[in-house]
Amino acid sequence: MTHTRKRIITNAIVMTLSSLSAVIGMGFLFWILGILILNGVDALSWTIFTNEGAPPGYADGGLKHALIGQLYIVGVATLFGVPFGVLAGTYLSEYGQKSKLAETIRDISDIMMSAPSIVIGAFVYAVVVMPMGHFSGWAGSIALTIIMLPIILRTTDDMLHLVPSTLREAAFALGAPKYKVIIQVVYRGAKAGILTGILLGIARVAGETAPLLFTSFNDNFLNTDMNEPMASLTVTMFNYATSPYDDWQKLGWAAAFILSMFILGLNILGRLFLLKKRGK
Amino acid sequence: MATIVTIKEEKALEVKNFEFTYAGNDEPSIKKLTMPIAKNSITALIGPSGCGKTTLLRSFNRMHDLYPGNKYNGEILFKEKNILNKNEDLIHLRTQIGMIFQKPTAFPMSIFDNVAYGLRLQGIKNKTELQDRVEKSLQDAAIWKEVKDRLKHDANGLSGGQQQRLCIARAIAVEPEVLLFDEPTSALDPISTSGIEELVVELKERVSIIIVTHNMQQAARVSDYTGFMYLGELIELGITEEMFVTPKERLTEEYITGKFG
Repeated sequence: MTHTRKRIITNAIVMTLSSLSAVIGMGFLFWILGILILNGVDALSWTIFTNEGAPPGYADGGLKHALIGQLYIVGVATLFGVPFGVLAGTYLSEYGQKSKLAETIRDISDIMMSAPSIVIGAFVYAVVVMPMGHFSGWAGSIALTIIMLPIILRTTDDMLHLVPSTLREAAFALGAPKYKVIIQVVYRGAKAGILTGILLGIARVAGETAPLLFTSFNDNFLNTDMNEPMASLTVTMFNYATSPYDDWQKLGWAAAFILSMFILGLNILGRLFLLKKRGK
Repeated sequence: MATIVTIKEEKALEVKNFEFTYAGNDEPSIKKLTMPIAKNSITALIGPSGCGKTTLLRSFNRMHDLYPGNKYNGEILFKEKNILNKNEDLIHLRTQIGMIFQKPTAFPMSIFDNVAYGLRLQGIKNKTELQDRVEKSLQDAAIWKEVKDRLKHDANGLSGGQQQRLCIARAIAVEPEVLLFDEPTSALDPISTSGIEELVVELKERVSIIIVTHNMQQAARVSDYTGFMYLGELIELGITEEMFVTPKERLTEEYITGKFG
């Protein structure tokens, strides 16, 4: 066998194997999406958005309570997580830079990012739910904030880092004080990247179930009091999908579909921002 | 000792026994440097890479203070005051001594907002005053005609040469007394380069200019005085026309004839 022929055959084998792997990976993704759309769209109806949960056997059950609860829990977590995350990322990139403290915070944040979310749920259960004596929306938001924080912190840090230092120097050279350089020049330069980090952070926590089981728990009816246990799409989906009732299982599919579309939308939006930035 | 020509003009800046050491270094990068900078003239700083010319330039507006641990010694006199004093107001200093960088540094905002940036920092809020001064600066930077219909557009849409002129407009808008140019054309094409060079020559009517350049022809074309630096020291400061024809120092001659670089 000639040398060239050997090379061509090796190339063919490697190409086939890697293409096959890619197809298998993509296949599973589309399989999941397909099943989700098939069952989810079938289960969708207007009453899902207008009605609250109903006992099994009643046909007019909806997900309004879970949708609104989800919005509350994730919304409050975003309100906590975004300012803290962005400010902490700003500290790392603009003030701490390569200092020991900054590097330690980066390391800890990386560890936090890979911490199992159920552990964070258990932690919030111990420090918030136990002392309060009951589950609550607040506890759920706190758990999600803790999960969201390191994601936003690191993307902010990374994105600010990408802003060329000459841009900062140019602003300083015009006599700008540091805080104005950061707010008016550096943030603007990193806007798309930071926004993407925030969206991906929200997308990440929106799909969490385990930490919410420990914290906000569930409620089959609409509740907007953050001091009380609160429904969320994920926990509702878990409960409905594992129940033996057909109509609840249908609602579970609907919840899965809505949640997935929401997270998919956030991811696409985040990527669009980055594309737009690169396109410049 | 360096050969330093006598300056006829008033002095814009005066460097005396200046030493600069980067954070973490024992050896100073600039050693006991003494040099006058003439007012309303162009002084070019030339020398091989690593000779300290950019380091010296960045000392004039205390840019090194942005990074911790750098050390200054000696004096740089500006308006009879040593700007190396610990309590020097750097924000005020930098409005009087502006800087243009190697790569264009257009801020991610509109063309108008870029030029207005320094003015707004100084607290100018009046719309007509802002508009007048932005327009005048853009005219002085010879870019007004190209951008007057798209002042609200993102400055990053401009070409490299246009961005560099925008940066010059932004720097002169605050009416500094000294402008520092750090290899302002090394990232530009030849046509943009000659545009910037013409502009620099026009600007010396009202500002004193120090320009660091790798390009000896550029130094010969635009400057009135040329300082040749080598290994952190000033070897020779002369009138440009004389220095490129009859350098006084052997090192200067070897450098400008291309014996090393």
